[in-house]
Amino acid sequence: MSASLYLVAMIVIPAIGAAAVAALPRERGLLAKQVTLGVSLVVLLLAVLATAAFDVDGDRFQLTTSVSWIPDFGAEFALGVDGIALVMLLLIGVLVPLVVTASWHEADAGPRPTRVFFAWLLLLEAMMVGVFVATDVLLFYVFFEAMLVPMYFLIGSFGGPRRQYAAVKFFLYSLVGGLIMLAAVIGLYVVSTSQLGEGTFAFDALRQLDIDPEVQKLLFLGFFVAFAIKAPLVPFHTWLPDSGAEAPIGGAVLLVGVLDKVGTFGFLRYCLPLFPDASRFFAPFVLVLAVVGILYAALLAMGQTDMKRLVSYTSISHFGFIALGIFAFTTEAGTGAVLYMVNHGLATGLLFIVVGMLIGRGGSRQIGDYGGVAAKAPLLAGAFLVAGLASLALPGTNSFVSEFLVLIGSFPERPVFTIVATVGIILAALYILLMYQRTMHGPPRGVLLQQDPAEPLSGTGTGTGTGTGTGGATAASATATATRPAAPGTLRVLDLSRRELAVVAPLIALIIGLGVYPQPLLDLIEPAVSATISDLGGTDR
Amino acid sequence: MTPAYYLVLAAILFTIGAVGVLVRRNAIVVFMCVELMLNAVNLTLITFARTTGTVDGQIMALFVMVVAAAEVVVGLAIIMSIYRTRRSASVDDANLLKY
Amino acid sequence: MPAEGLLAASWLLIALPLAGAAVLLLGGRRTDRWGHLLGTATVVAAFVLAVACTVQLAGLEERSADVELFTFISSGQLDVTAGLLYDPLSAIFALLITGVGSLIHVYSIGYMAHDPARRRFFAYLNLFVAAMLLLVLGNSFVALYVGWEGVGLASYLLIAFWYTRPAAATAAKKAFIMNRVGDVGLAIAIFVMFAQLGTTSYAGVFGSVGTLAGGTITAIGLLLLLGACGKSGQFPLQAWLPDAMEGPTPVSALIHAATMVTAGVYLIARSAPIYDLTPTARAVVLAIGALTLLIGAIAGCAYDDIKKVLAYSTVSQIGYMFLAVGLGPAGYVAGLAHLLAHGFFKAGLFLGAGSVMHAMNDGVDMRRFGALWRKLPVTFGTFGLGYLALIGFPFLSGYFTKDAIIEAALDRDDVWGWVLGGVAVLGAGLTAFYMTRLMLMTFFGRARWEDGVHPHESPSVMTAPMVVLAVGSVFSGALLVSVFPLSGWLEPVFGEPAEAAHVVAPALIGLVVTVVMLLGVLAAWLFVGRREVPVTAPARVSPVTRAARNALYADAVNESLFMRPGQWLTRALVWLDNRGVDGAVNGLAAGLGGTSSRLARTQTGFVRSYALGMLGGAVLVAGALLAVTSG
Repeated sequence: MSASLYLVAMIVIPAIGAAAVAALPRERGLLAKQVTLGVSLVVLLLAVLATAAFDVDGDRFQLTTSVSWIPDFGAEFALGVDGIALVMLLLIGVLVPLVVTASWHEADAGPRPTRVFFAWLLLLEAMMVGVFVATDVLLFYVFFEAMLVPMYFLIGSFGGPRRQYAAVKFFLYSLVGGLIMLAAVIGLYVVSTSQLGEGTFAFDALRQLDIDPEVQKLLFLGFFVAFAIKAPLVPFHTWLPDSGAEAPIGGAVLLVGVLDKVGTFGFLRYCLPLFPDASRFFAPFVLVLAVVGILYAALLAMGQTDMKRLVSYTSISHFGFIALGIFAFTTEAGTGAVLYMVNHGLATGLLFIVVGMLIGRGGSRQIGDYGGVAAKAPLLAGAFLVAGLASLALPGTNSFVSEFLVLIGSFPERPVFTIVATVGIILAALYILLMYQRTMHGPPRGVLLQQDPAEPLSGTGTGTGTGTGTGGATAASATATATRPAAPGTLRVLDLSRRELAVVAPLIALIIGLGVYPQPLLDLIEPAVSATISDLGGTDR
Repeated sequence: MTPAYYLVLAAILFTIGAVGVLVRRNAIVVFMCVELMLNAVNLTLITFARTTGTVDGQIMALFVMVVAAAEVVVGLAIIMSIYRTRRSASVDDANLLKY
Repeated sequence: MPAEGLLAASWLLIALPLAGAAVLLLGGRRTDRWGHLLGTATVVAAFVLAVACTVQLAGLEERSADVELFTFISSGQLDVTAGLLYDPLSAIFALLITGVGSLIHVYSIGYMAHDPARRRFFAYLNLFVAAMLLLVLGNSFVALYVGWEGVGLASYLLIAFWYTRPAAATAAKKAFIMNRVGDVGLAIAIFVMFAQLGTTSYAGVFGSVGTLAGGTITAIGLLLLLGACGKSGQFPLQAWLPDAMEGPTPVSALIHAATMVTAGVYLIARSAPIYDLTPTARAVVLAIGALTLLIGAIAGCAYDDIKKVLAYSTVSQIGYMFLAVGLGPAGYVAGLAHLLAHGFFKAGLFLGAGSVMHAMNDGVDMRRFGALWRKLPVTFGTFGLGYLALIGFPFLSGYFTKDAIIEAALDRDDVWGWVLGGVAVLGAGLTAFYMTRLMLMTFFGRARWEDGVHPHESPSVMTAPMVVLAVGSVFSGALLVSVFPLSGWLEPVFGEPAEAAHVVAPALIGLVVTVVMLLGVLAAWLFVGRREVPVTAPARVSPVTRAARNALYADAVNESLFMRPGQWLTRALVWLDNRGVDGAVNGLAAGLGGTSSRLARTQTGFVRSYALGMLGGAVLVAGALLAVTSG
């Protein structure tokens, strides 16, 4: 297969896979899972092959394909990757198979057939790949909106008790942003028509335009609002805690791990190069949003009682760091921000997965319903700790490298914002360690002890939405059961199963590996970022 | 021949039809008033075709007649079925399609 | 210059304990049987390697060796190479960490023998040793920062080792958070260095720091100091250290006495080229050192928990070290000598305390001890030697090193020199008081043991390290000052020691300090030794005692200044986010919904009203058309 077809294959194969999985008979749930896992592994392989074919010192966009799509508008089905998009493809490639494995039993208990869940998952993968590889702005917009559909159904059909509310909120927020962006896309087309004589949506052509600063500001805002909702930046963030909390774990991982990165990716790919003057004009304003977001979301995370909401808020705080890195306009900070996008996907992905495993066992999302889990499930606690430490950017984990790069790169340009943002790392330690202490440390107590030891815990498969109400109802018996020694058999079930270890271990390995030796990724990212910064003109130090 | 008379006639017919639609309850009468309005329009179209010396208006009038014929078929059928189920041809009784 | 021979393999110093930790953590229960042996072996091997490296270093012309490992982060202007710097300063720390570390690993084999999670304990200890070695051996501030937070993690894990106890879990979290406050200072200092100098390596920063404006240098110095205060439990970040005693006692000995908490002193000594240029920052270091010295000593006088007394003693002794390194070139060597001697005697004292606790069913309340000298002869002997070394009994290690600090302070020959010297002498008296009180309450007097406690001497695997450390406590001071002078060894780092013109004759200082020390001992005997020690602490005490018992209200201040407002702010923001931001969005949605359902009311279902609407609309449009075309 020619290298330029890798990207097409990465969209087409999961899309066909989704159709195939959806067409399976209802009772072939296991086959649906196997097919999904296989297809996602093929995508991972393609992502690795694409990375191998990518020449770091070569052109900005490589592995390009272009087919005429809507000739009347000059829109093309044009694909291509730079280093930034490539690392996001790798992230998608790594996360989806793990999400599939982690969600193995997610849809078993629900009213909807298993195959539907996995079909949506594959379709989501195809759309996510598309949004990162599109080099035609209209095509990007189409993928940007199409991505909502599978995620809407993943949340709305397989989520927690308030899934309908969360799904609609997610959809409306994204749609509003998307429509504003559509207006800006059309505006861009109009400008290109007047300047080039012939309208185009091709990114490379649009980059060459010389847009009037006032028009730039309007168009920038159109794109910015869409991406700020997606990312999300405070104050456009309130959909994420709801969606993150109600989505099934697999959906939540992909939501904050990849989907939201489209926002920050969009800042870097579209806002900065297309509207350099407007970007410089609005940069202080965006930085205020970013820094306020870092602290505000961190404080909110501390105040949450629901673990999944807490993790969602930590993500909002982290997105503040990414936005800070992007709008500091230095190569170091920009590179750090892109690396942050990858690292956050891995670290928060692991945190969501581990939290999901805990919730799967206890049937409650409330922090207060757990305690002393470390004594009963040391592997689970260990994975939780690694995920938490990565989330608070401890050196030795991958997040440290990216957070350090963002901050050290932003400091020379924006010292005040950076210092305020750095205070965020204290808050990060607080919200992670508070959650860890409350759930893992202390004497064992809470919902996990109320499980009858005689009844084998499914442990792996209880849907997250099924049992949130049990916490309060059985609280009275907590003290009675707390003193009873657990039967030896329960320990095994409580701790991670082999399947769960297979999910957690690669993520931990990546987190630590990229924390010690991040340079290969940085080498991929940096040329694209410095190209972006030089598109911006002038501020590259 | 001045077209003004034809146009005044058409306007009067149209007004009669419009008032009829608004004030009458019987579906059949309302229906006939609608036909009256359509034909008033037809008259206008033909008048203008005549004054401008082109056939566009006549063609349009033929279209209106065809559509009106089709409408009569569908409309009468609906009125018939409503009358059968409700034993009434009053348009005010058929107000379920709301909100 | 690039390292050769064994020095080129100095990365093994870090790799060995790290590999030990990895094997023990990943190996799981399979390694339970021999895990503690592996953990000890890696640290002992590292010690042997450190000795060999140091010997080779001593033979080098330039006494400094660089080991470049790999490119850690390279992007834009930033280029961080993972590399090690083995020079005399890092050598003495490497020896201290691996040497004392080995002894404490051996001790822990006995101390943790009955703990089901002993393997995990050794894994964490190994992790700590690796991180601490990275901290002192790294060749850039970034490497130091990585090690810095690494030891913070190890400290967190070890304080929370008995995590089922809520107090331990809380103490661990508190330690990590307060350390992180300091880490922010260190991090921003690194940002400033990069922004101003474009590099973070020691060689690059120290080579060009002189080109910076004075204010910038002072800022860097103060930010580094914030980091140092966090790690070393200095004012205003001292409150975590006493709580950290919730961890197992070997942890207190290794991390919270001998090594990790002295990292702040290392940082300041390492950054000597920066502090040499900024008297302002040095003055702040001095002030913090002197203040903490007194805070620690005063709080140490009032506690009844044996480990907390020792913890406050550590706070106070590190205050001495800060005071010393704050004096600049005159004090670096004195401070580091005290650091090494302190590493010996304080580790020995903690191990002794651990042995006492071992004998007393893990009790820590000194009011329930007493008369233990007969039951625990070895512990008493080693503890006693450590005690004498700490209070500065003539010709034991503390005598030499503490006097050197007081000497250096007085040599400033100004008012502040006399103030600082006076504070240091006063501190020596207080030290003698609280340590004598501890000795009297623990080993002498009447036995006040709780029922069912049968004190017994610890096994030899525990007493042997205590003996070694006691020997070190006795001789290290004399060795470091006269036989094998530290000042000569550290010359490549801090330059030629200046021949100080002594303001006060050293012999006189020694005499004064000894007299003050004896007064402290006498006071302790008068207050504690003469009378019966009540089993419960007296409730009616003077305000001074009450303040000392509350560690001068540091926790209360932190609580009312940061914790409560923080919790309040968090709650307020949660409310704001749910009601305000989200409320606005949901309100908008509800408003739209309400409007549309109200508008829907106009759809009555009456065909004739629709027809009227259409007619009205048509008339309006026609009217508008007419108005536009005719007007």
